[in-house]
Amino acid sequence: MSSSTLLEVNDLKVHYPRPGAGWFRKAEPVRAVDGVTFSVLRGKTVGLVGESGSGKTTTGRAIVKLAPVTAGQILWEGQDIGRMDNRAFLPWRKKVQMVFQDPYGSLNPRSDILGILSEPLEIHFPGMSRQDREARCAELLTKVGLKPEQMRRHPHEFSGGQRQRIGIARALAVQPELIVCDEPVSALDVSVQASVVNLLQDLQEELGVAYLFIAHDLAVVEHISHHVLVMEKGLVVEQGSPERILGDPQHPYTRTLLDAVPKF
Amino acid sequence: MADQPLLRVRDLGVSFRSGGAESIASTGVNYDLAPGEILAVVGESGSGKSVSALALTRLLPPEPACSIRGSVQLEGTELVGLSEQALTRVRGKRIAYIFQEPGTSMNPVYTVGFQIAEAVRTHRPEVQDVNATVVDALAAVGIREPARAAASYPHELSGGMLQRAMIAMALACDPKVLVADEPTTALDVTIQKQIMELLARLRRERGMSILLITHNFGIVANMADNVMVMHQGRVVEQGSVKDVMGSPKHPYTRGLIGCIPRLGQRRRRLSTLEDAMRDSQNANR
Repeated sequence: MSSSTLLEVNDLKVHYPRPGAGWFRKAEPVRAVDGVTFSVLRGKTVGLVGESGSGKTTTGRAIVKLAPVTAGQILWEGQDIGRMDNRAFLPWRKKVQMVFQDPYGSLNPRSDILGILSEPLEIHFPGMSRQDREARCAELLTKVGLKPEQMRRHPHEFSGGQRQRIGIARALAVQPELIVCDEPVSALDVSVQASVVNLLQDLQEELGVAYLFIAHDLAVVEHISHHVLVMEKGLVVEQGSPERILGDPQHPYTRTLLDAVPKF
Repeated sequence: MADQPLLRVRDLGVSFRSGGAESIASTGVNYDLAPGEILAVVGESGSGKSVSALALTRLLPPEPACSIRGSVQLEGTELVGLSEQALTRVRGKRIAYIFQEPGTSMNPVYTVGFQIAEAVRTHRPEVQDVNATVVDALAAVGIREPARAAASYPHELSGGMLQRAMIAMALACDPKVLVADEPTTALDVTIQKQIMELLARLRRERGMSILLITHNFGIVANMADNVMVMHQGRVVEQGSVKDVMGSPKHPYTRGLIGCIPRLGQRRRRLSTLEDAMRDSQNANR
């Protein structure tokens, strides 16, 4: 075996209660994720595609404990992290980080970049000195293709692509082993998208970090992933290598998705 | 002259002024739009593609905050410099717009049908049965229960349905030109396909001209007759889709096409715009 399993998700379910007797619907729970099973290998990328409402984002959020797990297991190197309370989860939060879709909404506008990148360090490395944090911040900025001199600037002084780089730097700050990337490039121009995708691949090569890459753009997912899951209505309808899933789709929903992509 | 263009744009430029400093958003834009033609405008954000389209009917701040230069002729009538009152008769009625976020283009406190009816009453006072026109327009864009959709509030419809309703509103006034500004960017691919098929059908059946603003070259290749590539407020390349996409002349166009990952063509790395621009500079040396 070339690489070991980092994360195993077994029959994960996330159901949300609907408020009692609603105006339009019965009080059935919303089955956002309804039995999803997959695993992530160390240093590899799992791509997760589906349309809005398919449960792909909720799956990613459950892994970083931003969504409640109703049933099933999330095993991190054999240990179930899905049902831990937040306190017990803290050591794992360092290992699983997240990059969000909206580069404008996910950075605190009132904090400078040093502050944004220091926050995770203060939580997970409380013994770190101020100088060390600043040095780490400079190193992170260089790593994501920005300049250390820019650490005193505020988010509004950066473009969308640069902000997404800052979001990636923040995720990298605590040296995670897995980063959940929720539509990290869909808000960006195609030209900027290419450079952010290249950056993610370079970082994986250098640091051996694994990604759960959530997106609706099939071509981007095919490009970056080692393994692809296709989700529809809370279920994984198909999974396998990108060549297999996108080259020879078996499930009608995957074919519908592929047919809808304008080709040129 | 056999084929007079429907829309003739010459040397169109838009600039914004704030605090004494003038910034040019677009300059020197020239194109003709024939009846039934789909012209795609592509470029990155900030390239001036949206602002050039909004300038056609001055959906922009008034002077002196924003000034528009050049000439826009719709069926021989000059639009640049028209009074606000005269422009109101062009907007919606002869040049209609649909935008990227269908959810924010509608007023949330009125029903969809009320808002379409408002457009019909404003632009087509001769119509007797406004409600029937509204329902017909909703049916024409492929909404299965048009009467029910008309009675719905915007939040009760999905994104795809709302975009159809926006198109219905644009169509209800029977415009000559439809400006579609990133009409499917916020929608899922399957819905995107349906909306694009709808626009193609409307062009076929009604001979409507469409100015299609997009950053998706797949859509350009499948939908448009001609394409115009904008970069930093200028048109860097324009021509038939076959020529521009088949053998792009400008390094920016090549870079823009080259940086898109395509299905079934796996590469180790994506080329970036910077790569393409640098290569062309080296070649020129």
